[in-house]
Amino acid sequence: MKNSLILIVTMAFANIITRALPFVVFNKKKLPEFIEFIQKAFPPIILTILVFYTLSDIDFSKKPYGFNEIAAIIATIILHLKFNNYLISIIVSTLLYIFLISVNF
Amino acid sequence: MASKELKEAFRASIPILLGYGVLGFTFGLIAIKEKIEWYFTIAMSLFIYAGALQFIAISLIKAKAGIFESFVTSIFVNFRQIFYGLSVLKKFKKAKFKSYLIFALTDETYALITTIKPSSELKKSKFYFYLSLLNHSYWIIGTILGVIFATFVELDLKGLSFALTSLFVVLAIEQYKNIKKLTPFLIGALSFVVAFLIVGKKNVLVTAILIAIFIILINYKRQKSEK
Repeated sequence: MKNSLILIVTMAFANIITRALPFVVFNKKKLPEFIEFIQKAFPPIILTILVFYTLSDIDFSKKPYGFNEIAAIIATIILHLKFNNYLISIIVSTLLYIFLISVNF
Repeated sequence: MASKELKEAFRASIPILLGYGVLGFTFGLIAIKEKIEWYFTIAMSLFIYAGALQFIAISLIKAKAGIFESFVTSIFVNFRQIFYGLSVLKKFKKAKFKSYLIFALTDETYALITTIKPSSELKKSKFYFYLSLLNHSYWIIGTILGVIFATFVELDLKGLSFALTSLFVVLAIEQYKNIKKLTPFLIGALSFVVAFLIVGKKNVLVTAILIAIFIILINYKRQKSEK
């Protein structure tokens, strides 16, 4: 519990840094070029990393070899390309996932 | 009586009401189901107030992550916000409640502030303040409703946290639509797999981020020398 509190404070603090930094540091100066480069390149990379990170509890070497996760992710992709609606993509694929793990493939 | 600024800000914020309401609700629900105390859950929406980061926070708290890992992860997850700030420096220059405006500058609020032009008779800084405050309150109210729902409605849905995976997949697809390149996604996947093989589950997030930054910088050097 104490650990949770420390982590929350840490993250709140880090978050404020990213929001306030330009007002403190870059008030007049222009950004270094490589920071702009990182900024442009980073979002798709971090999102991919996060998708993997949320799956890091899954043991892909044991049956069903991550089948449920992969199937639900494919469902998310298809739904999102088809309907282009966040809520449909997330809710339907999550329900599918809950169904898949409950029938114990 | 509500001022003109408040009315106009409310009108502009209606799409966010729905979005933040639902997302905040989901956050509250998952946090409670993942056994995070209700007061910490609400405190996060009050004091962190950053969508993706709060969902990641659930994973980090659950994994008993270290301070360093949480700090670096937060900075990089929200790195883009540095650039939001940069582009509203002028707008906020003389605004009242400037520190609150800076604190509450989420993706959606930023999008509204930079897109909407309030009509000329309105006091801009007041309009921005109400807009930020309304959006923040939707997020908090959504969270509280999610917490209440999860606490009092007995539903033990194993697998609900897949909503997180799904959320990140959806956001990645949106990124793909913008850039139309697969390389960044491959870099992300590669960085994570390599990091996982090197350090295992603990600290894997920060290691993967550092590997990815390293690859980006090599790319940057290469592009520069080609010019």
